[in-house]
Amino acid sequence: MEDCLAKKMEITVSEAEKRTGKNAMNIQETYTAYLIETRAVESQSEGQCAPVDSLWRRYSEFELLRNYLSVTYPHIVVPPLPEKRADFVWHKLSADNMDPDFVERRRIGLENFLLRVASHPVLCQDKIFYSFLTQEGGWKDMVNETGFQLKADSRLKALNATFRVKNPDKRFTELKHYSDELQSVISHLLRVRARVADRLYGVYKVHGNYGRVFSEWSAIEKEMGDGLQSAGHHMDVYAASIDDILEEEEHYADLLKEYLFYAEALRAVCRKHELMQYDLEMAAQDLTSKKQQCEELATGTVRTFSLKGVTSKLFGQETAEQREAKIKILEEQIQEGEEQLKSKNLEGRDFVKSAWADIERFKEQKNHDLKEALISYAVLQISMCKKGIQVWTNAKECFSKM
Amino acid sequence: MEAEGRVPGPPLPPPSPGSRGGAEPPAEPPAGAPGAAQGPLLAAEVLSLDDEEDDLEVFSKDTSLAEVNSFSPSMPISPSSMINQYKFEDEPELRDLFVTVDDPESHITAIETFITYRVVTKTSRGEFDSSEYEVRRRYQDFLWLKSKLEEAHPTLIIPPLPEKFIMKGMVERFSDEFIETRRKALHKFLNRIADHPTLTFNQDFKIFLTAQAWELSSHKKQGPGLLSRMGQTVRAVASSVRGGVKNRPEMFTEMNDYVETFSQKINILDKIAHRIYKEEREYFNEMKEYGPIHTLWSASEEDIADSLKGVASCIDKCCKATEKRMAGLSENLLPILHEYVLYSEILMGVLKRRDQIQGELDSKVDALANKKTEKDLFSEEIGKLEDKVECANNALKADWDRWKQNMQCDMRSTFTNVAENNLRYYEECLATWESFLASQTVGLHVEEDSEDRP
Repeated sequence: MEDCLAKKMEITVSEAEKRTGKNAMNIQETYTAYLIETRAVESQSEGQCAPVDSLWRRYSEFELLRNYLSVTYPHIVVPPLPEKRADFVWHKLSADNMDPDFVERRRIGLENFLLRVASHPVLCQDKIFYSFLTQEGGWKDMVNETGFQLKADSRLKALNATFRVKNPDKRFTELKHYSDELQSVISHLLRVRARVADRLYGVYKVHGNYGRVFSEWSAIEKEMGDGLQSAGHHMDVYAASIDDILEEEEHYADLLKEYLFYAEALRAVCRKHELMQYDLEMAAQDLTSKKQQCEELATGTVRTFSLKGVTSKLFGQETAEQREAKIKILEEQIQEGEEQLKSKNLEGRDFVKSAWADIERFKEQKNHDLKEALISYAVLQISMCKKGIQVWTNAKECFSKM
Repeated sequence: MEAEGRVPGPPLPPPSPGSRGGAEPPAEPPAGAPGAAQGPLLAAEVLSLDDEEDDLEVFSKDTSLAEVNSFSPSMPISPSSMINQYKFEDEPELRDLFVTVDDPESHITAIETFITYRVVTKTSRGEFDSSEYEVRRRYQDFLWLKSKLEEAHPTLIIPPLPEKFIMKGMVERFSDEFIETRRKALHKFLNRIADHPTLTFNQDFKIFLTAQAWELSSHKKQGPGLLSRMGQTVRAVASSVRGGVKNRPEMFTEMNDYVETFSQKINILDKIAHRIYKEEREYFNEMKEYGPIHTLWSASEEDIADSLKGVASCIDKCCKATEKRMAGLSENLLPILHEYVLYSEILMGVLKRRDQIQGELDSKVDALANKKTEKDLFSEEIGKLEDKVECANNALKADWDRWKQNMQCDMRSTFTNVAENNLRYYEECLATWESFLASQTVGLHVEEDSEDRP
């Protein structure tokens, strides 16, 4: 990991700003721009602070970067971007992309994305990525000039397309199955978590009503008045405490969301393998049938039913010259085909090897990150319980003095 | 003893002010039962109270009695265990009457279906022929008792009865939940009467506790005739026209203002408490689904399976803890607040009745002012009415102070209990999560050394 960019350069997405400008269709629109700041790490060890470079990027540029990376490195599990639109909202969160809380969480998510790419042994060396961080003008043209869109396999995006692959690598089949399960279970978890958060919010906020009633009641009580009044104050504190608690929980939800989206990146790698394997098998099949055709022409026997065989019976056999010509063409094609098959095979094996290496790296990262996320969740719960104990201890004291 | 009840005719006039009801033991034992001419020494001590100081002592003792009696999950149900519990307390005067309500039973006849409850009484009082009684009573009987007590003591604060029928609500008339809630409230009702310094010696109360079913029915049929009751009503209506408000002592106007505000606030509190219960229940329902998802996830994982299962188990434990918290609310806070909602209505009624009694006097006095020649004829009647008003006022004042003290005590203990419930909940959850965290961080330190961090 010593080579990776993250060690050489400090990267932050430090600010977000609302902008207006004309989009591709020349229509005025409002969007958010994010400030990316970078600073070389080396000179810091000498006690000097290196200058900070910065530039602004909007979400669509991040998307462009990621698309480029996915196409250019299909064997890599490319880190996902934070969600485009607010999903899994509970009632308090706005689903509006311009909402400041959403923008803030997206800023953090974008920074996280850049850090993940910068820490990846392969991706961090990419020039386009480096330019994204350092070159404000002309970056878009640079990306488009790579012609990556041409390399993109539209079949990868086609979710419904099924490919009858006869011999996929079993590990990829299992991995695809796992990524489906992961996606399903995390989205279920996030949905229920949002509902639980909503209900918890309700419980806390209703207690806030006590404050006002206790205060009004205390006005007519001589002895109970003080106890009621101060207990009411603590109920207000209790009701207010839920806001911070749930905001912190949103960060936990974001951690899980990242892996929800990672599941898609995993699936993309599996699909790529499937497609390569499919192309390989189709090419092999094609080669076999050409060889067969060749043999049939050479020996004059028709082993399998073919339309040609029927038409030649109906309209008469070809001349010997015609047959020779055909055989020659076929032999050329067969040679080409065999070369292609060889290289496809090699490609396939290389892909499996390098993809699997990255998948192992990803698995370790995932296990580490998710375990830490679960621990952070426990820490959140503990903090919430301690706050609750504090408030109710105070309230109990007030009540006992009534 | 006030309002013997078993004697047909108009109710006896209240005893002279300054002495509590029951200043002397009954001269005749109840019909049909051999009675002791004199009760044991204990009963006499309790009964003979002339000093004001003794009055106050009894009231404060009643407060502590109320504490013992106020319903909490830990309170034992059977009278004998109550006696045992009480013996541990350092009280100079022991309670001598213990009542429980339990064992609801359904009775189906051709005409109706109704529930009866078993009422068990244990007592050492002399005027009771036996020391233990067991009878069955239905809701109607409780209603009868309440109305008799109100009749006999118009300006005493008679404890509330659970409502006849709950309109709002998903609770069916004869669901187990409904019956249990009602049983607890009926138990409370009788105990509050038993604790009351005056009401506890009421004759109808005694008959309620001791008479067999047929005895009670025949007794109910006796009592002040319909006509005399109507006469009361007519007089009450007449005096209510005047209202008795203009000569109302300052103290009772203050009480009126207090009750109005109290009633408002207690009703709102009741609503808030119900709302909290509802929110907690919804939270509990969602939590039930939350834990198992983590277990499901753990099935797809290897390295983090244990952590996921750990989180699942924590969430499930917190879920159970929240269920206990809810139970605490429904067993304590909700019934008490409901009782005081009913109490606020009762208080308004008591103040009105006092005003009516005053109104009777005022209207007579006004009538007299116009007939100077017949002063002598009326003066005796006016004297009696003046006594009646003074008596009613004193009874109400004393009972009011007692009620306020009890209310303060009930509120203090109920809300303290709510706080304790919540504390218990958070402490349980804290322990669960802390032990999970401990199990995880032990492993993590080992991992950090060997892992290839990006």
